[in-house]
Amino acid sequence: MTNLFRGFGAVFYKEALHVRRDAGTLFFSLTMPLLQMFLLGFAIDTNIRQINTVAYNADGRRESRELLDRFKNSDTFHIIRYVENDHDLNDMIIAGKARVGIKIPVDFSDRLLHGMSGQVLVLIDGSDSSVAGQAINVSTAIGLDESLRRVVQDRAAFAVDMRPKLLFNPDSRSPNFFLPGLTAIMLLNVTTFLTAFSIVREKERGTLEQLFVTPVRPFGLLLGKLLPYLGIGFFELCLILFFMRFVFLVPIHGNVFLLALLSLPYLFAALSLGILISSKASSQAEAMQLAFLPILPSVFFSGYIFPRETIPAILYPLSYLIPATYFINITRGIILRGATLVHLWTDGLALCILGAALLTIAARRFRNKVIMA
Amino acid sequence: MATQAQSLMEPAISAEHLVRRFGNFTAVNDVSFRVEKGEIFGFLGPNGSGKTTVIKMLTGLLPLSGGDARVEGLNVRTDSEAVRERIGYMSQNFSLYYDLTVEENLKFYGRIYSLDPTRLKRRMEEIVQLNGLGPYLNRLGAQLSGGWKQRLALGCAMLHEPKLLFLDEPTAGIDPVARRQLWDLLFELSGHGITFFVTTHYMDEAERCSHVAYIYFGKLIADGTPDSLRELPDVQPHGTMRIEITAPEVTRALRLARHIPGIRSATIFGQSIHALVEEHFDLDVLRNQLRKEGINVTEIRPLAPSLEDVFVELTYKHQSLLEAAGD
Repeated sequence: MTNLFRGFGAVFYKEALHVRRDAGTLFFSLTMPLLQMFLLGFAIDTNIRQINTVAYNADGRRESRELLDRFKNSDTFHIIRYVENDHDLNDMIIAGKARVGIKIPVDFSDRLLHGMSGQVLVLIDGSDSSVAGQAINVSTAIGLDESLRRVVQDRAAFAVDMRPKLLFNPDSRSPNFFLPGLTAIMLLNVTTFLTAFSIVREKERGTLEQLFVTPVRPFGLLLGKLLPYLGIGFFELCLILFFMRFVFLVPIHGNVFLLALLSLPYLFAALSLGILISSKASSQAEAMQLAFLPILPSVFFSGYIFPRETIPAILYPLSYLIPATYFINITRGIILRGATLVHLWTDGLALCILGAALLTIAARRFRNKVIMA
Repeated sequence: MATQAQSLMEPAISAEHLVRRFGNFTAVNDVSFRVEKGEIFGFLGPNGSGKTTVIKMLTGLLPLSGGDARVEGLNVRTDSEAVRERIGYMSQNFSLYYDLTVEENLKFYGRIYSLDPTRLKRRMEEIVQLNGLGPYLNRLGAQLSGGWKQRLALGCAMLHEPKLLFLDEPTAGIDPVARRQLWDLLFELSGHGITFFVTTHYMDEAERCSHVAYIYFGKLIADGTPDSLRELPDVQPHGTMRIEITAPEVTRALRLARHIPGIRSATIFGQSIHALVEEHFDLDVLRNQLRKEGINVTEIRPLAPSLEDVFVELTYKHQSLLEAAGD
């Protein structure tokens, strides 16, 4: 009689039937993440290479041609055209056909020969900051290197020899960077959407109202509705990990089981968000809109694409309230850095606290806004 | 023996001074009524008058702000779970799962009420028999017509053999034949001692109830058998009578009739006028007045007030009371 979870079995079974009947939705929500994986894993490369460049070589002698060759060999610049005047140089950039314009003045070689500094103009289209940054860095480096080569003949005589070494992702592969983070976003997507929809659908149909008049306990009802989607979320995680490892060849350095364990509080947080959304939305269309709300901060403030360090100071604390922040650190930590629970327990704890808080808020709101409305 | 006698005496529902407030708004204001076992209790009132709130209070979904209620002998304040165990509820939109078959819907509710497999099997057979759902067992809920959806919903609500069923506008949006069949079924079941708490907007359905109550802006303004309500002094004030006037051009006739002294109130009913007049009102005066305006009265006959008359009269009276209180 006092079974707190009464009705759990019945609701769970029914929910499983819904999922099976609506195989299309299930298939779609499972394949969407894979599609995104392919897009982010294969199509997007954060390493900027082969920037379209236009060159105006007014000098034309050996030194100037050698300099342009240095640009070409850097792999950063791809000279698509040589022009003969300033106007064409500018035009190519304005038209967006080239992002960088290099102008070597007519006296470049002369100045070098006379031991003066030869100036080179590098025009950079600033409308894409990451491309511009890369162009500045590489062109400056080429200039420095060229100067040093002329002053110091012997490389061994360099006073400071900086040797940067990339850990964990030595080849700067994009899939290694994107896919662990994508895992977090995709899980959020699938679980939040599916739970919100499954509850709002019953709200729309009036079956929820019906269930409240039966001896089903709220806990049994919510858990019965959540667990099937928790299972789907978990399956999704396995699917993503499988593709990540064997299709995108991202090495998993840490323990997969730890990752699975730590995904549980994250999934609970995501499912609670789904309940929260369903307590607000009265139609599936409304739920659709609301379900995007947690996605945006999870993409932009969690460090998934943009480093958290770039978030303005006022918004920075917000990133601590986003479950994805912790889970992305966990996925990257385990997959790329081989981190263990010793390194990640704070993230795990934060997720548990966030998950518990969200579930409590969601359950309370559900009680007040749905059951007693 | 004593307990059995007591349980026989105990009404299906007894509500005493029910109050429910939402913030400053009083949705249910001092509502008291009793529903005896085996009654078909019609609970009527305009939309937003508090019908659903009362149902939610009686089924233990909404805490009471004041008063007390016992349902099937259980206190809804303290035993709401046990109450829900013993009642059935069918909402106006026949809350079924459209992507589940008829059989799956029934099984689901059986599990919800924790029926053991043998009892579930027996009850499902009985329900299918009673509601004629046999040919549709494997059909999806979405593929049923309105009448069949309603039968299935009723079946789901009755699976656990409740002695009291709440039906919230059970006939909204279904065809007249299905409506008639549902009422036949309700009478049959009530003959077996099942109590029904039915809300409806159809006056002909209200007339079929053995007991009706009318709620208006949170106040219960009528409670009794349909016949006893017709004789209420507010409905049939002392020294008045009701007549039905049949005439062509009813709207014009109504406008004229309202100005004739001795006619207290008049409304159109189809092709005729229902009027409340002084007991000694001279019907010939009315005939002559109308003839002068070119309207030849076809027939005038005395009339017993319908339930609709009852509710209209009571609503007017309480509206003016509310307005007076507002000033």
